[in-house]
Amino acid sequence: MAFDYDKYIRPGKLPHIWCPGCGHGIVMKGLIRAIDTCGLEKNNTAIVSGIGCASRLPGYLDFCTLHTAHGRAAAFATGVKMAKPEMNVILVGGDGDGTAIGGNHFIHACRRNIDMTYIIMNNNIYGMTGGQFSPCTPTGAKASTTPYGNPDPAFDVAKLAIGAGATFVARGTAYHATQIDKLIAEAIQHKGFSVVEILDDCPTTYGRRNKFKSVIEMMNRLKDVAVPIKAAEKMSAEQLEGKIITGVLYKEERPNYTDEYAKVIARAK
Amino acid sequence: MAKKVAFLQGNEAAAQGALYAGCSFFAGYPITPSTEVAEVMSAELPKIGGKFIQMEDEIAAMAAVIGGSLTGSKTLTATSGPGLSLKQELIGYACIAETPVVIYNVMRGGPSTGMPTGPSQSDVMCAKWGTHGDHPAICLVPASVQEIFEETVRAFNLAEKYRTPVMVMPDEIGAHMRERIVFPEPGELEVINRTAPTVSPAEYKPYDTKFGDVPPLAAFGTDYRFHVTGLNKAEDGFPTTKAALVQAEEERQIRKVDANIDEIVQFEEYQLEDAEIAIVAFGSTSRSARFAVNEARKQGIKAGLFRIKTFWPFPDKQIAALAGKVKAFITPEMNLGMCTGEVKRCAEGKASVSGIFRVDGEPINPGQILEKIKEVM
Repeated sequence: MAFDYDKYIRPGKLPHIWCPGCGHGIVMKGLIRAIDTCGLEKNNTAIVSGIGCASRLPGYLDFCTLHTAHGRAAAFATGVKMAKPEMNVILVGGDGDGTAIGGNHFIHACRRNIDMTYIIMNNNIYGMTGGQFSPCTPTGAKASTTPYGNPDPAFDVAKLAIGAGATFVARGTAYHATQIDKLIAEAIQHKGFSVVEILDDCPTTYGRRNKFKSVIEMMNRLKDVAVPIKAAEKMSAEQLEGKIITGVLYKEERPNYTDEYAKVIARAK
Repeated sequence: MAKKVAFLQGNEAAAQGALYAGCSFFAGYPITPSTEVAEVMSAELPKIGGKFIQMEDEIAAMAAVIGGSLTGSKTLTATSGPGLSLKQELIGYACIAETPVVIYNVMRGGPSTGMPTGPSQSDVMCAKWGTHGDHPAICLVPASVQEIFEETVRAFNLAEKYRTPVMVMPDEIGAHMRERIVFPEPGELEVINRTAPTVSPAEYKPYDTKFGDVPPLAAFGTDYRFHVTGLNKAEDGFPTTKAALVQAEEERQIRKVDANIDEIVQFEEYQLEDAEIAIVAFGSTSRSARFAVNEARKQGIKAGLFRIKTFWPFPDKQIAALAGKVKAFITPEMNLGMCTGEVKRCAEGKASVSGIFRVDGEPINPGQILEKIKEVM
């Protein structure tokens, strides 16, 4: 039987705002399947976002949803989780929102290892504002504010999350649609701060400036650059040049923030 | 039984007032001269099962108290000038999303880093105009340790009642001064909680004007699921760009405060019945002003004091009425004329307005005010 997405979609809120060919819808479907797999209760689940195309996602889903200010999703979500640790808290957003203006909140959520799941849809660009370069735009790429090519080096979101202390870090792509829900489900089930980076595409503001002839070509690029972590382990540095490793990249067990604060309460009483 | 009496610092009294009001969540970032509030809350909240979190920056602290409030908790953050500047982004969010939060801001010298340990009263305009867009503003300016306690309780009440952020803004003198405080018994001061929805979850809309200008607010993690955004929104909480709806929603947000000014605005009148000169002052400056009024009276000068307790909304009506009675206003303040401008606006030229301004980190003393009284006589 076909999966019933409607069960989790807010009535009357579709169609979404995303352009034809954008991968955000694929990620949203993956998130829905993951939530279903994990059996999360709607009333007890908050989905929190910042600003940008990807951050419009919570409005379509039938949960407690919080569309915050640019970059601030992790900070708002931390307030929700601290005040009600029994709630499941999922963050969604884009690369500009999460790693530029929200970079500080992102790394501190990682450091605290607060039990939330953060899905970053990385399409290498600020899409909603018309295609300015983000901290995840590759060096040399064209954006509306890098007409001569991007001089900035890009963040490796997964490495940033691991370095900052996230205890579960995974990466997938919008092309590998059937893997997305599995990565997100594992992230949700992980106790601690989990980060799932989904390499995404923005045909409207990135593709057309960077000589991608079609959405299919952008999707094929995601297919071509992705190397599953198991396969990558057997490959040489030269073979991995230009590739992006996908799968569960990092996992460790470490006390999470709200459990640790429960101990503070016990000590204070 | 005798009431509990203590010798307390203003910031400590703010924390105690918050706890009295039922605050169970604090998020903050260290900043002089308000840090004692965070210190007290970090010690007291876990004792009652509440939550304290020191965030990575001022903006994050503001975000966390809004997030916490949406789960049904009463939440507080504390800061000072530079922190207030940073928080403005999300103070606007709390306004448009109509989320009750209390912001305790101690006024120190500015702009920028200014004089972190010096007193000031220069954040009062920032309290109203700091965040962009039209929005309601409530700002309380207590003048004693006792009043910091009581006004913090009132701030929570106003935030809960009107679903809006409320600021409590003592100057650094009030915040760091120690004096006697008599703790009210539980139940002695009114404590207001936000109105919970009475409709079923299926019928619930977070901005349902069927229930008046302040619609009931449900909590995340209950049977009520709803959407919150910083975009202009319709009654159901979802973004809208429909012109008539946006206009109506914006006007309703302002009306929540404007239609209730008489209930929100508090002030104290001292020796004003026959006064020819009215001093308009707030915070610690009002204490010097009271002393100056007493001295002037001893010398046969008919001076009085209008003490502002609620800076926003400004006591327009009261100042306008006074302007028809007195010859002159004197407005001492630790800034370069913020309250003075408001008094001039309300006086509409019916009485002269003379300011006394200090921004050197020193308080305005009674002698300075007495001198000005004689000057304008």
